[in-house]
Formats: sequence, structure tokens, C-alpha cells
Amino acid sequence: MQHVDLDITKHTFVLKVNGRLLNLELDPRTSLLDALREHLHLTGTKKGCDHGQCGACTVLINGRRINSCLTLAIMHEGDEIVTIEGLGSPQALHPLQAAFIDRDGFQCGYCTSGQICSAVGMLAEVKAGWPSHATADVAAPQVELTGAEIRERMSGNICRCAAYPNIVAAIRDVAEGVRK
Amino acid sequence: MRPFTYERATDLQAAVAAVARGGAKFISGGTNLLDLMKLEIERPTHLVDISRLPLKNTDDLPDGGLRIGAQAANSDVAGDLRLRTRYPVLSQALVAGASGQLRNKASIGGNLLQRTRCPYFYDTAADCNKRDPGSGCAAVGGINRVHAILGASDACIATHPSDMAVAMAVLEARIELLGPNQASRNIPIGDFYRLPGETPHIETVLGPNEMITGVLLPPPPQGRQVYRKVRDRASYAFALISVAAIVATEGGTITSARVAFGGVAHKPWRSLDAEAALAGRPATITTFRAAAEAAMAQAVGRGHNDFKIELAKRTLCRTLAQAAQVG
Repeated sequence: MQHVDLDITKHTFVLKVNGRLLNLELDPRTSLLDALREHLHLTGTKKGCDHGQCGACTVLINGRRINSCLTLAIMHEGDEIVTIEGLGSPQALHPLQAAFIDRDGFQCGYCTSGQICSAVGMLAEVKAGWPSHATADVAAPQVELTGAEIRERMSGNICRCAAYPNIVAAIRDVAEGVRK
Repeated sequence: MRPFTYERATDLQAAVAAVARGGAKFISGGTNLLDLMKLEIERPTHLVDISRLPLKNTDDLPDGGLRIGAQAANSDVAGDLRLRTRYPVLSQALVAGASGQLRNKASIGGNLLQRTRCPYFYDTAADCNKRDPGSGCAAVGGINRVHAILGASDACIATHPSDMAVAMAVLEARIELLGPNQASRNIPIGDFYRLPGETPHIETVLGPNEMITGVLLPPPPQGRQVYRKVRDRASYAFALISVAAIVATEGGTITSARVAFGGVAHKPWRSLDAEAALAGRPATITTFRAAAEAAMAQAVGRGHNDFKIELAKRTLCRTLAQAAQVG
């Protein structure tokens, strides 16, 4: 295939990641995922499929979970970006991080950052009363977070080790306040 | 991914002017476009970022309807209590599609314009008239289990992937467009999409310099609204068949019905034949089955997808029974 010969100017911009303002100079093609991993060296966010199908690259933008592989870094100037590194630290784990350890919610661990970021976003969506495909009545003002609801709402995160029962248990612990 | 230049549009008119440049495309959520750009199926040389334009709100209309901004996230619309109570079929369709992460990013305008998931469209080594006009259709003689059964042509048997658009079809939504020189128009969703014919690469009536600015929903019609989706996995998969239905009954008789299918054609498929077979008839399985036969009278299988004709009929019957609260 003939590639179009374009003079691509790099863009200089600032991203706010885990509360820190970070300077970047990037080709506009750079995905947010590649900016985080390759340029900011925040390698907690994982690249699985790079096509939005596996969820390993899930991060939070302004509190909402998204696939960082399917967006351009330059589109997120001014946004509050939170990665797994911003949720907790080994000394002070986020409740979901602690619950995943308690419940053994992983085997190889590759999907775990994405699972945890996704679960943080998902619990906020439940708190906001958003329905899911597992919700019998979408008009109901509140959601009862059953196992079926957790599985449906987490379906954008694949675990090839199939730790699903323990992932569901970990999320349920946090949702029910077992882990605070 | 091919190189491209990038700009962020500051207002609507500037965005429409910027996309007039050859090779330019709008980007909003990017969840479909960037996926296709990575595979070099989409090859824009310039991207106009419209994601920050003030088109994110859902507003009440004087006639009792709603106007959904084209830049609203799918999840915002699905979660809006006005939609959930007055247009539940649209909320149900939105949460039946994609994943939580994608719904947070994907815009309403982008959902309408998303491309088919035909595997041959994605396989750049295969012939595809939609991706490479004139090259042929590998799906016609290929593995066509997920392909269209209505309105297809020998040039293309791809289906439209959106769940949302199927619900919008029964709600008789109108697509609001903005062109150069403030030229605004809105057209019924039924007239927005094109059948493949000999030009499957032209999917809608959207002009080259036009932008979707919103979706207008008329006041909700009488009746119970139901969206039902049948797919290979319980979650996060495209529809084999889906049905959106709105059915009003009075004393066991159907007073009005609207029906549309997803997963069957190059566009959301409203079936006026099925609706005519329902209106004024008793809300029974016999009536539902007659409507299903009417809806699929022109259906053509291509081999692997023959099962979808019967599946569509049964899915319609089940959806109508639920909407009419019988059976």
C-alpha cells in the first residue's frame, strides 16, 4: 500500500494523570494507552487486544471508565486521567485492590489493572442509578447489584485465566461494604 | 495507522468548514473510527475533533419530545431518567450494545454512523465492495452466518450493527444535520440509511460536509416498548437478530404496533407489513406469527444465515408477546 507522504507535526500538550501535570510532545496518532505506557512509563495499564475488545487498558477519565486504546492522547488535554497507579499504592491499597487480593481475583494478573479500574467506574455508574442489560426495569430509580448485574456490567473486561467467580466476589465485597 | 493531521473544532460552523478539506473526517468518541484506522480500513489524512462541541445535552422539546445532542455519550442517554421512563426501548437498546467502557466514550452521532462488523469488511485481504468499491463481495460465497436476509444485493450482504438505531426506528426519530452556511435539516431515520444496491460504500444520505448535530424524538407513542436482542454470547456481542417493538392493546385487541429488526439488513429494518398484520387484530400468538410471516415474506438466506429467517420470526413473536403482556 502507498502511504500518503505527510509532514506530521508533533503536538505539544499537557495531560493530567493521577493528579500530576505532565508535558508531552506526540504524533497525533498516539493512543492514550501508548502515551501512558511508552511516554509516561505508567505501565500498570496493559495493552491486550488494542481494539477495545478485552478491557485490559481501562482507565478513568473524569471518573468514567473507558478503553485507553481507542482514544487519542491529544483528545484528553484538560481531562482528569486516573490509572491503576493513581488508585492506590502497595502501602495504601484501594479497597478494590485489597478485595482482589483477598478473593484471589486473578491468576496471571494481566487483566487485573483494567478489571479494577473498570470496577471503580462501574460502581459509580451503579451509584448513579444507571441501568444495564441485566436490569429488569430500566426505569427503576435504583439498581440492586446482583451477581448477574456485576457480570453484565463487567463484560467489557476479559480474563483469559477465567478468574471470573473471584472477580465477582471481590467486587461484591466492596459494593456491600465488606471492604472499605 | 496512516499519518494524519489533527485539529480541535471550536464551534459548529468551523467544524463543518474544516471537514470540507479532502481526506478529512470528524472524530468524536473514536471507538469505531480509530479501530478501523489501526487496520487501515479508514485512512483519513486529517481529523477534526468535534467531541468538545456543545452538543452533549438532552433537552425537552415543546411538543413533549426530546432532542438528544449528537455528542452525548451512549451511557448518558441510556441512563437519563427521561429516556428510561418515556423511551425505555431506547435505553434498553443502548445498554444491550457494546460494553460499559465503550458506551462511556461512543457518541450518539457516531453510533448512528458506525460501520458494519462484516468479517470480510475487516479482512483487508478479502474482496469487499464497501471497503474497496468494485472489488466484489467475499461474503456472498463465503461464510455468511451473520449476514443480511432482507434488502441485500449481490454487491453487499453486510448488516448495520447498531442496536440504538433499531429502537430509534420504531420511535420515528429524526436525524438533525448541519451543513455549510448554517444549512440545517432533519430527516426521518427511515430515510437516513441507504440499502447497499450497487454502492454499498455509500451508507447514508449524509452529505460530504454535513455533521449530525442531534436526534429528535417525537413524543412517545401509546403502548409498551420492548427491545430484545439475540446473540451468540450473553453480553458484549453484536445481534444475530434484534427486535424493537411498541404495542398498544385494548381489551385483548392490538390498537397499534410498531416493529423494527436489527441484524437483518444494511439498515435498521422497520416492517410496515408486520405492523399492518398486527393492527386491529387480537393479541394472540396466531396474530404474532402472521405478522412474523409478513415481516419475513421477502427474506432471502445465503446459506449459513438461513437460520436467521426463522430466528427473526420467533424473536418477533416473543417480543410482541412481552410488549402485549400475553403468553
